[in-house]
Amino acid sequence: MSRLVRFFPLIILLLFVAVVAWRLVMPEDTKIRSRMTGQPVPAFTLAPTADGAPGLSSKNLATGQPRLVNVFASWCVPCIAEAPLLMELKRQGVPIDAIAVRDKPADVAEFLGRHGNPFERIGADPESRVQIALGSSGVPETFIVDGRGIIRYQHMGPIEAGDVPALLREWERAR
Amino acid sequence: MRHWLLVLALLAAPVMADSDLPSARWANEQLPDPRQEAAAKGLMEELRCLVCQGQSIADSDAELAGDMRALVRQRIAAGEKPEAVRAWLIDRYGDWVSYRPPVEPLTWPLWIAPLLLLGAGSLLLRKRFRRRR
Repeated sequence: MSRLVRFFPLIILLLFVAVVAWRLVMPEDTKIRSRMTGQPVPAFTLAPTADGAPGLSSKNLATGQPRLVNVFASWCVPCIAEAPLLMELKRQGVPIDAIAVRDKPADVAEFLGRHGNPFERIGADPESRVQIALGSSGVPETFIVDGRGIIRYQHMGPIEAGDVPALLREWERAR
Repeated sequence: MRHWLLVLALLAAPVMADSDLPSARWANEQLPDPRQEAAAKGLMEELRCLVCQGQSIADSDAELAGDMRALVRQRIAAGEKPEAVRAWLIDRYGDWVSYRPPVEPLTWPLWIAPLLLLGAGSLLLRKRFRRRR
């Protein structure tokens, strides 16, 4: 018994080192997923931002066909990285709308001019209200909304080349 | 070349991670009614910032935290109860967003632990004092 007790501090130390090493090797996933997946899109109406593209309202998202909603901003650097992949998704026939968070119309127009415009509609969300209503915690994020206006999928962070098949699959599934 | 551009873009992210727009109207401005402001402030101190995850939205300088403060103030000014605003946010981000954990089976250990530790501590003290006598 006393021998076991002698090793007790060492065991505690080893446990502590093990826990620290585990979290160093596999850092905690700090993404906060939206709880709105499976729920209808909350009602909203956003004014247009760039000249040309119409604004976006929740009614535009229940059109009988699943759509992507890209939450982006011209000031968001990872959004530049995902721009070509959104163009690719559009090329494959996926309809995409956008919510421009805390953005100026001129900046959005410049961003789209430079990186391409895959969006059918763009709503301006100057106080992040719709972003918060969707349960999105940053830019960029992409939601898949089915034909009845129900959120089916949330992709957090920039879309990378490897994410395109999963997005296409989820989009097909939402039909 | 493209890869290097991407690397550069990623390195530049922290510098350009903020928008050009000024803060929302009620992000940094108190409500005229002191009672409503007190209610809003109390709630803001118990809501977690989604960007800098260890801070409350009352303490955080992140733009999203400012927009959340504006949302809290607007809703409370419109007559909503703080608990209703909290519930609305929990519907979106889960219990995580609130610093006040709900009492439910999953969180029972959290609520019981202080009592158990206090009990264990007083037992330990009693034993030690007895030995000394």
